[in-house]
Amino acid sequence: MKAIISVIGVDQIGIIAEVSTLLAEEKVNILDISQTILDDYFTMTMLVELDSLEIPLEELKKKLKQKGEKLGVSIKLQHEDIFRSMHRI
Amino acid sequence: MINTYEIMETIRMLEEEKLDIRTVTMGISLSDCADSDGAKAREKIYNKIVKYAGDLVKTAEEIELKYDIPIINKRISVTPISLVAAASNDQDYIEFAKTLDRAAKEVGVDFIGGFSALVHKGMTEADKKLISSIPEALAQTERVCSSVNIGTTRAGLNMDAVAQMGEVVKKCAELTADNGGVAASKLVVFANAPEDNPFMAGAFHGVGEGECMINVGISGPGAVKAALTKVKGEPFDLVAETIKKTAFKITRMGQLVAKEASEMLGVTAGIVDLSLAPTPAVGDSVARILEEMGIEVAGSHGTTAALALLNDAVKKGGVMASSHVGGLSGAFIPVSEDAGMIEAVEKGSLSLEKLEAMTAVCSVGLDMIAVPGKTTAETISAIIADEAAIGMVNHKTTAVRVIPVPGKDVGEEVVYGGLFGRAPIMKVSEYSSTDFIARGGRIPAPLQSLKN
Repeated sequence: MKAIISVIGVDQIGIIAEVSTLLAEEKVNILDISQTILDDYFTMTMLVELDSLEIPLEELKKKLKQKGEKLGVSIKLQHEDIFRSMHRI
Repeated sequence: MINTYEIMETIRMLEEEKLDIRTVTMGISLSDCADSDGAKAREKIYNKIVKYAGDLVKTAEEIELKYDIPIINKRISVTPISLVAAASNDQDYIEFAKTLDRAAKEVGVDFIGGFSALVHKGMTEADKKLISSIPEALAQTERVCSSVNIGTTRAGLNMDAVAQMGEVVKKCAELTADNGGVAASKLVVFANAPEDNPFMAGAFHGVGEGECMINVGISGPGAVKAALTKVKGEPFDLVAETIKKTAFKITRMGQLVAKEASEMLGVTAGIVDLSLAPTPAVGDSVARILEEMGIEVAGSHGTTAALALLNDAVKKGGVMASSHVGGLSGAFIPVSEDAGMIEAVEKGSLSLEKLEAMTAVCSVGLDMIAVPGKTTAETISAIIADEAAIGMVNHKTTAVRVIPVPGKDVGEEVVYGGLFGRAPIMKVSEYSSTDFIARGGRIPAPLQSLKN
């Protein structure tokens, strides 16, 4: 399954490195990545592939949440279909 | 890839604007559970509900996890119990309600609807038993919801049933006087009741439905309000367009959840209900949408027009987003569940009369309205008759869910908490409708031509 990971918060050194390291450890493949500053907030979105994920989805979400708390940013993971269905006819 | 702005819009709608799926409701047909032995019928009912809905809550939670969409309630609707229990020799149907309650608790759903009867033209013996069982059934159960359809556009209004329902509502409140008459909040009196409504307390699984179906009710007043703040002062054409676009997005989410849930459960996808359902949470209010359009306080002049636009635009945006739209599909205006409505009542801007006018242009009726405990059964019947007449003449669903709160009067409030919120006691007319209700009989179906 493909999912979107979104990271929102105050910019600082190493956010992408921290998040992508965690994803690599859990065998999550990053397909696309974009980063911008939106309304003064660091905003990163990633399209990822979860087919090789070895832990339950719930666990990965928990790890991402903990990582977000450590970095002081909000990290969410959502199946890409929610965005596709809302924004594409 | 979906662009960052689109992703952020979705996340903002979910997190800040309180967009959620209000309910995933599984409709289950119980028509094959009828038995001349009531106990056997109840055993079949229990087993069937547990078998079909056993994975409902788990599935909904998996969907929440996958998409990060909150699904607030998981519910079940069943075939109107008056039809299922009719074959039994039982003298009352309270035990059937208890069985539904037990099954609901076993599978972990929030509510189960369908302790219902359809009596718009007349009553069977079973309908009579069911209606007279409603007060005890609702007082003795937790999650069971009840509804009675007393009129349709094709059949007219059954005024004998209307008269009886006033008494039933009173009795529901009296039996639960210690809890603010809460049993009355689980009872809806309908005209033109839809067969596939996923919302409570009026959900039941109609006789035209399949064996088992998934119906989804969306929410999202907060998202509509937030969208409208971006078009401040603009003409109504743009207001309508903005609502349509937002409704489309919200409904697409509902459609996705309906599709996913039905696939995971191996059950037919029924409908998506487009209703804008408020919650008492700040920022999740239909009244605030009307105020965003320029009404100082909901209930003031212009409110009905604003609501008409809102209701229509939500439907226009929503119908294209889903393959099957149904249920109630409109803007809800329950007083106790909407922070803006509560405030409007407290400020003296919103009266029962204005709410009645508003129900002529929106879904669904006089909903979650607390009235003085001293209100007579006949007055409640007359309120039901007025509301049903609006539904009958306008080919729409209308409903009444009023709570005559024992021991309370205008100026006081009743607090239910959770999704039911809190309700200021509203004034009703002091003049009597007793002779009107005492007539009984039927109000004939209205003419469908010569419309003016």
